[in-house]
Amino acid sequence: MSDVFDISDEAPAPHAGQVPVLQVRGLSVDFGVDKEWVPAAVDLDYEVAAGEVLAIVGESGSGKSASSMALLGLLPANSRVRGSVKLNGRELLGLSPAKLRQLRGNDVAVIFQEPMTAMNPVYTIGFQIVETIRLHNAVSPDEAKVRALRMLELVEMPDPEKAFRSYPHQLSGGQRQRAMIAQSLSCDPKLVIADEPTTALDVTVQAEILDLLRNLRTKLDSAIVLITHDMGVVADLADRIAVMRRGHIVETGTAVEIFNNPRHEYTQALLAAVPHLGMAQDSTGAAAEDVDINAALAAATGASLEDVDDAELRRRERENAEALAQAEAEAEKAAGTPILQLSGVAIDYPKQGRVPAFRAVEGASLAIYPGQVLGLVGESGSGKTTIGRAAVGLLPVAAGSLKVAGQEIAGAKRRQLQSLRRQVGMVFQDPSSSLNPRLPIGESIGEPMYLAGTAKGAALQHRIETLLDQVELPRSYRNRYPHELSGGQKQRVGIARALALKPQLMVADEPTSALDVSVQAKVLELFRNLQRELGFACLFVTHDLAVIDVLADRICVMQRGRIVEQGTRDEILRNPQEPYTQRLLAAVPLPDPDKQRERRELRAQLLAIESS
Amino acid sequence: MTTAAKTDKALAKLQKEPKPPKPGKSGTAAGEKAGLSQGQIVRKRFLGNTGAVISLVLLALILLLAYSAGGFFGIPGWWKYTHNQVNDLVNGGAPTLQLFPFSLGEHPFGQDRLGRDTFAQTMRGVQISVAVMFIIGLVGGFVGVVIGAAAGYFRGFVESVLMRLTDVVIIIPLIILAAVLGQLAGSRVPAGVQPYVLGLLVGVAVWTGLARLVRAEFLSLREREFVDAARIAGASSTRIIFKHILPNAVGVIIVSVTLSMSSAILLETSLSYIGMGVKAPDVSLGLLISQNQEAFSTRPWLFWWPGMFIVAICLCVNFIGDGLRDAFDPRQKKFNSKRAKDAPVQSPVPTPSGPGQLTDA
Repeated sequence: MSDVFDISDEAPAPHAGQVPVLQVRGLSVDFGVDKEWVPAAVDLDYEVAAGEVLAIVGESGSGKSASSMALLGLLPANSRVRGSVKLNGRELLGLSPAKLRQLRGNDVAVIFQEPMTAMNPVYTIGFQIVETIRLHNAVSPDEAKVRALRMLELVEMPDPEKAFRSYPHQLSGGQRQRAMIAQSLSCDPKLVIADEPTTALDVTVQAEILDLLRNLRTKLDSAIVLITHDMGVVADLADRIAVMRRGHIVETGTAVEIFNNPRHEYTQALLAAVPHLGMAQDSTGAAAEDVDINAALAAATGASLEDVDDAELRRRERENAEALAQAEAEAEKAAGTPILQLSGVAIDYPKQGRVPAFRAVEGASLAIYPGQVLGLVGESGSGKTTIGRAAVGLLPVAAGSLKVAGQEIAGAKRRQLQSLRRQVGMVFQDPSSSLNPRLPIGESIGEPMYLAGTAKGAALQHRIETLLDQVELPRSYRNRYPHELSGGQKQRVGIARALALKPQLMVADEPTSALDVSVQAKVLELFRNLQRELGFACLFVTHDLAVIDVLADRICVMQRGRIVEQGTRDEILRNPQEPYTQRLLAAVPLPDPDKQRERRELRAQLLAIESS
Repeated sequence: MTTAAKTDKALAKLQKEPKPPKPGKSGTAAGEKAGLSQGQIVRKRFLGNTGAVISLVLLALILLLAYSAGGFFGIPGWWKYTHNQVNDLVNGGAPTLQLFPFSLGEHPFGQDRLGRDTFAQTMRGVQISVAVMFIIGLVGGFVGVVIGAAAGYFRGFVESVLMRLTDVVIIIPLIILAAVLGQLAGSRVPAGVQPYVLGLLVGVAVWTGLARLVRAEFLSLREREFVDAARIAGASSTRIIFKHILPNAVGVIIVSVTLSMSSAILLETSLSYIGMGVKAPDVSLGLLISQNQEAFSTRPWLFWWPGMFIVAICLCVNFIGDGLRDAFDPRQKKFNSKRAKDAPVQSPVPTPSGPGQLTDA
């Protein structure tokens, strides 16, 4: 690749002539499956200099993780690695296990995706960091403790002394990730491999960890390889980007080049598939005017930006306000009886053994009118999925009133729930778990109709065919089993099953969070078209604001079991009132390095205003 | 399960008259590698396990020999003596089996003190022991599955009651429980069916391990989203248990039942050995050993032949159970890096589809 040494103006430049920290040449990784070598990565070339962040981007199965784990010899026994990997000029491939062990943790460190599983639950955070330090350095336990505490301070842990004594389960997700970063950086590694470091975190926590990684990069001068599928994270952090597909690097370049001028068609398609927050399409399918979230946030907080001069920012704020007024004028008045109506609903998780009952949702009120899509947004543990499950009768309502199509289901009996279930359909989060692995998908789709007695025999088969057509799957798939289908196809089957009884209310529980972005884009498009065509009301539960923005007419923001703000899409995106909503919006990383810099600045000011 | 059967039939009918897939709807239909159903995968992996396949063949041969030689259901077998027939002693009762040159002789496995043919007795013993083994396995399996499934699915009060019941059965030593039940059975039923009643009663005592396993499996499966989906579709608890959850737990059940069968044959042997199991004039492998233990130094063949068959049957069943466990567990992978070949390399731009097209594959 000729552009390996391309230098963007914002990146710390690798000095000319200096040996890059990591130099990968012709790296190929194969996995043995059924007596055959199946390539996972083919002939990769890249290098990373000190203080530089190289992002390897790709969808699942592109070989990005496999190739990076190969650098450290961390692949399973049925793998084969060829090529050359040089760390500071020293060849890593073919080193003895003992030599590799010396390198791991000391010269090369890894930040894993899920800190809960990557840290040992039976040891304290402090013990684990001290262990790493003492494995590679001849220091006394006391010295190691001092160093460990310094590392915990470095990663901005709120109370380092307390965290040092804590077990992993006693910390929050973000703090755990900080602890793991502290552990991996404790030996001053020359190379850090960050494997999807923020994927398991909520969006506001993700923003904090990204801030931390950015600060650390300038402090430590390590080379960082960032593996991710999230273009927003890449835009926030990366200096250079390598796009991988099916084991090949299809394009490399600086972040600015890739985002502003992608050359390879796959990169273009990948960028186009990322749902941008504030880029919904109108009903004709043409791109509607972007919602300038940055301007909205600036107006809401009265902040000013360094890079953008005030007049420009005020103009953008004004445009934003005008668009909001226009949208409100256009917004049709909701008509008819609401399909789903919650007033003052509380939902408990009953006590189990010695664990006391837990109130997951309190005082929730909302209404969805026919044909409307309501987006329910919130972070994990905010109670959004709980509301979705209660709406289809899977969880009992503890207090308040929950009506589906005018029928009260709080405290309903079995018989009443049976009739409710003809009115509702649900699409689940995990496509691999939501279909019975032992049933052909035709039978899965047909089951609701069969049980409701709406169709039998040939009529049932005909209806199954129609549903498969609607979700754009070949009819011959009816006799396949779920494991023969890809994730996106399985989710289509899930949608077909939810549509089987022609429900008035559809509850979609994060239906795209387990899918790759390109597949997610297609499934969302299908979902939107079906919603327009069939006109069902929809409760769309998600943590991803960008996804909801594509679909929703109204948005509800939840925090800790309460609905903190609700309104039309434009009201929430253009004129967020609650500090929590503002913080949530500001935390979503934008897949555009320039806009993301603006957003970052706004977020810092927002947090400053709140804390003062 | 008639409802499910009907749907199955309707689907099977449709499978016979396949309609061509709608062209141009999805790019994934063309050139796709056909997937295997789980049953096919399990069969393939089981057949790849040499030990298990050899054991399966060996067990089949032993059963064939025992049932054809001794005869069953009143049909006479090809062997000239029956197990109760008293004959003259030939060669002092020693086995007449010769390998070089091969000849069976008059009494290939020898005779006991009274002149009864050991081969006929052993074959009869294998028949009875194996029958008892299958009855114990099936009865124990059925009871265990029902109790485990109910406890795991309904939880709460039902689970507490059933699991405490299981605990009570577990704390009583199995051999005592089986001995008492076997004794009761022996005194009340005619001699011919006595071994089978014994199997039935012991089966009712050995379900505890399976019940716990099935309960654990149900506890994890009932939280899966497809169970919620079935509930939203309006499925009853019975339908969810038998149609949705049980087929997914079948791996655990098959393996556990197979392994419990091999311990059942040992249990039957020990019961008969202490005189609580099968009683004369009927024979079982355990009873043969027990009757002939004094003859160990003088007529060792009376002891060795039944013993060898017990060991062979147990080993076979255990190997088959292990093979099944490996076949059902997708984490078990054998891979030989020296014999592997390179697969054709995929190009990063796979199809001549238009620019910017992404497949949903």
